[in-house]
Amino acid sequence: MRAFLLRVLGRPLAWVALAWLAAVLVGGLGAAHFAPFDPLEQDLLAAKQWPDAAHWLGTDEIGRDVASRLLHGAWPTLLGVAQALVVAGMLGLLMGLWAGYFGGRLDSVIAQVTNLLQSMPLIIIALAVLTVFNRSMLAAMVTFGILASAGTTRVVRSAALAVRHELYIEAARISGLSDAAIIVHHVLPRIVGPVIVQLALVAAIAVLVQTGVSFLGLGVPPPAPTWGSAILDASVALIDFPWLLVPSGGVVALTILAFGVLGDSLRDSAVAAWARPVQRRARARGGDDAAARAAREAALADAPAGALLSVRGLAIATTATGPLDAPRVLVQALSLDLMPGQTLGLVGESGSGKTLSILALMGLLPPGTRVTAGVLRLARTGEAPLTLDIADEAALAALRGRQLGMIFQEPMAALDPCFTIGHHLGEVIRRHAPGTSHKAARAQAIALLEQVRIPDAADVARRYPHQVSGGMAQRVGIARALAPRPRILLADEPTTALDVTVQAEILELLRTLKQETGMSVVFVTHDWGVVADICDRAMVLYRGQVLETQDILDIFERPRHAYTAALLRANPHHAPPGQRLPTVEDTLAAMGATAA
Amino acid sequence: MSPPGRPKGEFRSAQHEGNPVSPPGRPKGEFRSAQHEGPPVSPPGRPLLEVTDLRVDYPQGRGKVFQALQGVSLHIAPGETLGLVGESGSGKTTIGKVILGQTPATAGRVLFDGEDITHAGRARRRLLGRDIQVVFQDPIGSLNPSRTIGATLAEPLLAQAALGGPRPGADEVRARIAEILERVGLPADTAARYPTQFSGGQRQRIAIARAVINRPRLVVCDEPVSALDLSVQAQVLNLLNDLQRSMHLSLLFISHDLTVVRHVSHRTVVLYQGRIVEQGDAARVHDAPEHPYTRTLLAASPVPHPTLQRQRRVQWLAARAAAAG
Repeated sequence: MRAFLLRVLGRPLAWVALAWLAAVLVGGLGAAHFAPFDPLEQDLLAAKQWPDAAHWLGTDEIGRDVASRLLHGAWPTLLGVAQALVVAGMLGLLMGLWAGYFGGRLDSVIAQVTNLLQSMPLIIIALAVLTVFNRSMLAAMVTFGILASAGTTRVVRSAALAVRHELYIEAARISGLSDAAIIVHHVLPRIVGPVIVQLALVAAIAVLVQTGVSFLGLGVPPPAPTWGSAILDASVALIDFPWLLVPSGGVVALTILAFGVLGDSLRDSAVAAWARPVQRRARARGGDDAAARAAREAALADAPAGALLSVRGLAIATTATGPLDAPRVLVQALSLDLMPGQTLGLVGESGSGKTLSILALMGLLPPGTRVTAGVLRLARTGEAPLTLDIADEAALAALRGRQLGMIFQEPMAALDPCFTIGHHLGEVIRRHAPGTSHKAARAQAIALLEQVRIPDAADVARRYPHQVSGGMAQRVGIARALAPRPRILLADEPTTALDVTVQAEILELLRTLKQETGMSVVFVTHDWGVVADICDRAMVLYRGQVLETQDILDIFERPRHAYTAALLRANPHHAPPGQRLPTVEDTLAAMGATAA
Repeated sequence: MSPPGRPKGEFRSAQHEGNPVSPPGRPKGEFRSAQHEGPPVSPPGRPLLEVTDLRVDYPQGRGKVFQALQGVSLHIAPGETLGLVGESGSGKTTIGKVILGQTPATAGRVLFDGEDITHAGRARRRLLGRDIQVVFQDPIGSLNPSRTIGATLAEPLLAQAALGGPRPGADEVRARIAEILERVGLPADTAARYPTQFSGGQRQRIAIARAVINRPRLVVCDEPVSALDLSVQAQVLNLLNDLQRSMHLSLLFISHDLTVVRHVSHRTVVLYQGRIVEQGDAARVHDAPEHPYTRTLLAASPVPHPTLQRQRRVQWLAARAAAAG
C-alpha cells in the first residue's frame, strides 16, 4: 500500500489532480472561514464587477461575491460525488463480481437488471425522485449511483470473467482457498485497473449531475450557493457579462478533469508493480545514397556468389525507454548464407534471438526493439542482386510475400477468427495479383489448400479458423505463405505447438513442398529432433551470438562449441531413465573445471 | 483431429479387423482390455489413487456430447510416477481434471487413499487440496502477476490453516517459503518479487514450489515441461525427480512426449481418443511398444540425430502407409 501511494505521488499529473481536489475539499469544508464575503450578501452597487483585490473572481448580477459562492458550493458537490461513488462502486462490484465470478443463473438475472437500469432516462428519474423526496440531493445522488452501477457492473463482470478461468485461480481453488479469499486475493487486484477508470468516470459524471440538478433549480433552492446555480446565474448574464461563466464553468470542468486524471494515475500506479511498460514502435529507415550502397557491398564482399540470401552483421537492440535506460543488445553480428533449396536451422533457447533475427528480415520486429546494423543481399532471377540495410523496413516490406514468406508458431493466432480460410487465402492472392476476380482467387485458394494436402479443400475454405484443428490451421498458414510463391520460407517454430504425430505430418509436408517448389527454408526451432529431421545446415545461437554454423551431421557428431554439446546432452533421448539429466549449466561448469 | 489421410478411430478398428499392423499372436479385440492385463508391476499395498472405469462426456450443445473419456482405469502407488501419454484430444488432461475436481465425472469412480472422491463436495475438495496438488503446463498463466511470489507460496499454507489446521505464524510461513525456495533452487529474495521478473523455467520452479510446499501426497503434473526450453526442461525434470524421491511423492505425469515420460515414469499409460490402448513398465512401453498406436507415436517423435532420424522417418512413413491401408 505504501509503495502504491509512493508510485501515485511519483506522477506529476497525479499531484496536480490531487492538489486541485484537495483545494476544493479544504476550501469547501472551511468555506465559512476562507470565503471573504457572505455568499448571500448582495451589493447592487458592486454588481457585475471584474475580479479585483476584494472580489477575487468578481461579482454576479446582484453583486454577490463569486469566489465565496463557489467556495460554499464546493462541499455539497463533493459530498454528492462521494454518495454516488459509494453506491455505484459497492453495487457495481457486488453485482459484477457475482455475475462474473460465479456466473450461473444469477448472471443472467443481473444482466437483465443492468439492462433495465441502463434503459432508464436519468433526468426523468431524477426529477421524480426529487419531487418525491422533497428536493433531497442525497436521494438524487443515490439514485444516480444506482443507475450508474449498471455500467460499473458490466465493467467488473467482464473483467472478472476474463480472469475467472486463469490457471492461478484454478491452482488457488485446488489448494483449498475459499471463494471469498480468491476474490479478494486474485480477482480484485487483477480487475482494479478498469474499475478505477470506471469509477473516475462515474465521479466525473456525478459532478455534472449534481451541477445539472442545481442548475435546473431542483436541488437546494436558490439563493443557496451551489455550482449549478452559479452556472445558471452566468447563463442568464451571458450576453452582458460573459466573464461569470469562466469561474463557474471553470471549477466544474477542472474538477471533472481532475477526477479523470486521478483515475488514470491510480490505475497506472495500481498495476505498475507487475504490468509491463507500454512500448512504442520505433520507425527505422535506411540510407540509399552511394556511400550507403558502397558500405553494403563492402560488408557483403565475402558472401558466396551462389547464395540466395546473405546476411552480414545483423544487430538488434532494445529501444531505450528513458534517459537512464541503456539499450540492451539482443542479437549481435549475425551473418548467414542461404543456398538455393537449402533448409537452414536456427537453433537456440528462448532469449537466443533466433526468432527476432527472422522477424528483422521480414521488417516485423516487435515494438521496443530495433535493428541497429546489418545488411542483406537477395539474389533475384533475371535481375541484379538486391542489397538492403536491414533497418530499412519500408524496403523489406516490399519483399514480404513474393520473396520472403513466413509461418508462425501459433497457427491459430496467425489467422483472424472473423474470416473464413478461403477469405484469408483470397486476400493474399489478390494482394499479389491485383485484378484477380473473386472467383479466380477462390479457385486458386482451393488449389493451394490441395497443395498442402488438405482433403475436401472446397469445404475447408468455407470454414472459420476455430472450426479446424491446430494441424489444419498450420497447413492453412503454410498455404497462405506459399500463395505469392516466395523463394524463401521463414518458419518460426511452426511445429512446437503441435502434437508429435501432427508435427511429423507438417515436417513431411514442408519437405514435399520444398521439393515441389524449390524454395529455401530458414527453420527456427529449439528441438534437436526437428533439426535432425528437416535441416541441411544449422546455426546455433546463444544470447544473441552465433556460436557455430555447420552441416547437420557435423553439428550432431562434432559440435565445435561447448554449449552446443551441452544442449545436445540435455536431451532425455540420450539419458538413462530416472537419472539426472546433464543440464547445460552442469556441462559448462564441468568443462570450465577441466579447462582450469 | 487426426491428420489428413488417417480416419479417426482407425487404431481401434484395426483391432477389430485384425489389421496386420497389430502385434502377432494376440487375440482380436484385446486392446480394449489391455489395461487389465498390464505387466505385473502391482505396487506394494493399497494404491494411493485408483481410477475405475472413468467416463467423461462434454456436452457440445444441441444434445450432442463429446466422449472425452470412455472407461479409463488406472492406479498410482505411493511414491510412484505414472506417465500418461497421448495427443491433444486423447483425454489425458481430462483425467487430471477429474482427479483435481475441476471436471465432473459422468460415470466411474476415483478413489484416493481408499476414499471415494469422485463427487466430493466443495468443502471436502478444499481439504483435499492439502493432499492433491497440481503443476500446470503454462508457467506464465499459473502465477498471478499481481501478487508477489511470497504471497503465492503462502497461499496453500494459509488456505489449509483457514480450514481448521494449525495456523502458522508469520515467521513460520516465511521460514517454510525460504525452505521451499531453496529446495527448488531459487534465491531467497524471490519471495518479495513479482512473476514478470522471472523466466519461464523459474516460474515453473515457483509453481512446483507452490504445489509441494504443503507436502502433498499426489501431484498432477499436466505437461509441466512442454512450454520450456530444452536445457530448462532438463532442470525441471531433475527437480521433479529429486522432489519425488525425497518427499516420497506420487506423480501423475501427463505429457505428449514419450521420451520425457520414459525418463521420469515408473509406468506409462498410453491414451488414444479417450481409451487406454497400452500400459506397462515405462521402459518397456518406450522401447518395445506393443500397440500400433504407440508405435506410430514413437515413430512420429523425431530422434536428435540425422542418420537415426532418417531411419525413424522411414518407419513412420511405413506405419502411416499401413494405417492408411
